[in-house]
Amino acid sequence: MSPRAAWRLESLGFVEVYEYRGGKLDWMAAGLPTEGTNAKRPRAGGLARADVPTCRLDERLGDVRNRAREQGWDAAVVINSERVVFGLLRAKELDLEADQQVSQAMRPAPSTFRPYVLAEEMAAYMRDHERVSVVITTSDGRLVGLLRQEDVSG
Amino acid sequence: MPREVDRNELRRLVEAGAQLVEVLPEEEYAEDHLPKAVSIPLGRLDGEALTALDRNRPVIVYCWDIA
Repeated sequence: MSPRAAWRLESLGFVEVYEYRGGKLDWMAAGLPTEGTNAKRPRAGGLARADVPTCRLDERLGDVRNRAREQGWDAAVVINSERVVFGLLRAKELDLEADQQVSQAMRPAPSTFRPYVLAEEMAAYMRDHERVSVVITTSDGRLVGLLRQEDVSG
Repeated sequence: MPREVDRNELRRLVEAGAQLVEVLPEEEYAEDHLPKAVSIPLGRLDGEALTALDRNRPVIVYCWDIA
């Protein structure tokens, strides 16, 4: 739709025409603000816990477990130096053998959701799929936070 | 020939005074649109572009994604 619009504007004599191909999807997936009737409705990105513990692939699982639980968490997200998500450690994985590496214990490539998804949509998804928590990332895979069912229910 | 921009370039152009136009249906614009964007649905572009926009200033168009 936007390529046609851009070309049409040029044909109407506009001197400098640009096309933002990523469009609204790219903008919102990056967690950038919008205006409109939905703008004030809670979304996954705003409700996700940005303070979820994180760890690297080569850390010792036991160290991550201790760190996470000291902070009151039963989960940790495995990321790289660019904050790109590689895996998730839930309570079940955190309880595995302490001496193994995170990369062996983690649940790899967890499903991720974009920050713009409305809270009510996330609540329905998590309820229907019995998900206690989901990872929220930008479109380029960078961690925004962990969204827990309690954050979107009620 | 229209030039493609990414979101960083878009922000820079809009700050510098470029006009930003969402060409999706009005209802979709009403729900969510980029800051400073105006709504001119594609089907109304021929009739409204010349009155709503300045031909001599840069203009950026967008829809939902590439489609």
